[in-house]
Amino acid sequence: MNFTTRKAIPLVLLLLLGSVFYALFAGYTPDETLNRTASYYASQTVQETGAQNVVTAIIVTYRGLDTLGEVTVLFLTAAIVGLVLAHSKAPKSRSGSGFLPSGELLTTGTRMLVPVILLFGAYVFLNGHLTPGGGFQGGAIVASAILLMLLSDPAQRFSHRLISRIESSAGLTYVIIGLLGMLFAGGFLDNRILPLGSFGSILSAGVIPLIYALIGLKVGAEFSSILTSLEETEDAQ
Amino acid sequence: MTLLLFMAALLAVATLGAALIALFTSSTVVAVLSAGLVSLFASVMFLLLAAPDVAMTEAAIGSGLTTFLFFFVLGRIRREGTK
Repeated sequence: MNFTTRKAIPLVLLLLLGSVFYALFAGYTPDETLNRTASYYASQTVQETGAQNVVTAIIVTYRGLDTLGEVTVLFLTAAIVGLVLAHSKAPKSRSGSGFLPSGELLTTGTRMLVPVILLFGAYVFLNGHLTPGGGFQGGAIVASAILLMLLSDPAQRFSHRLISRIESSAGLTYVIIGLLGMLFAGGFLDNRILPLGSFGSILSAGVIPLIYALIGLKVGAEFSSILTSLEETEDAQ
Repeated sequence: MTLLLFMAALLAVATLGAALIALFTSSTVVAVLSAGLVSLFASVMFLLLAAPDVAMTEAAIGSGLTTFLFFFVLGRIRREGTK
């Protein structure tokens, strides 16, 4: 295969994909009104869940089971990455493992930015019921802080035991809260087992902030465990 | 409305440009950066389409974590290459 055909193949594939999307776009007419499900969510969310962010109310309460499934998929991914990479031993320290030193700019920037990024991640998942964002976004932001620390100092080691404790206790509490919803409120993962509070304050919307904090911790721990497993594999000899 | 349309069209062209650069550049670093740029433009597009939650996910995972992960792996390949 010569050079030009190798470059032409992705372009042809892209054009095919683009024509499929164009066919979708050409047949699209925007709805004049909300459909029945959407109008139900738009009108009933505030009374039923007390959440200011309708998207969060749908993700955590109305479609809470799907979210539990998504978190489980992410957990399985992290577990499989850990399982596949577990057989290779980590290089123990700086000496002999051949780490290139990271630049002064990266090291100093990391020291300054990591606390801010962690704080922002926590802010995003704690305010999920009020502002855009939530557990998944906040967890990814927390994990990017861990990634920055790993980039600036590849010899850094994080406690796997701590990460897996955080991950499993968050997941367990999430399921227990869901079961409590079956006992004390309308069904699995119903958010009304705690009082709905005043609309728009941080401690409102029942159990939604708690669930999103747990999801944030769980997602952050899962991404961090994937990243640290990738970092700690032994270099090929 | 026309301003919004204009911005969306500009973003679409920029996204396509970044994607083409990612495909055709010979430097891996530039390819990784412009792939991250595609995600960043896409997240701004989601913001214009009034989907801030999706935009945050795209910005955090698509342009943040993935780009960093690529650089992480690149650094690792270089590290092993120097042995």
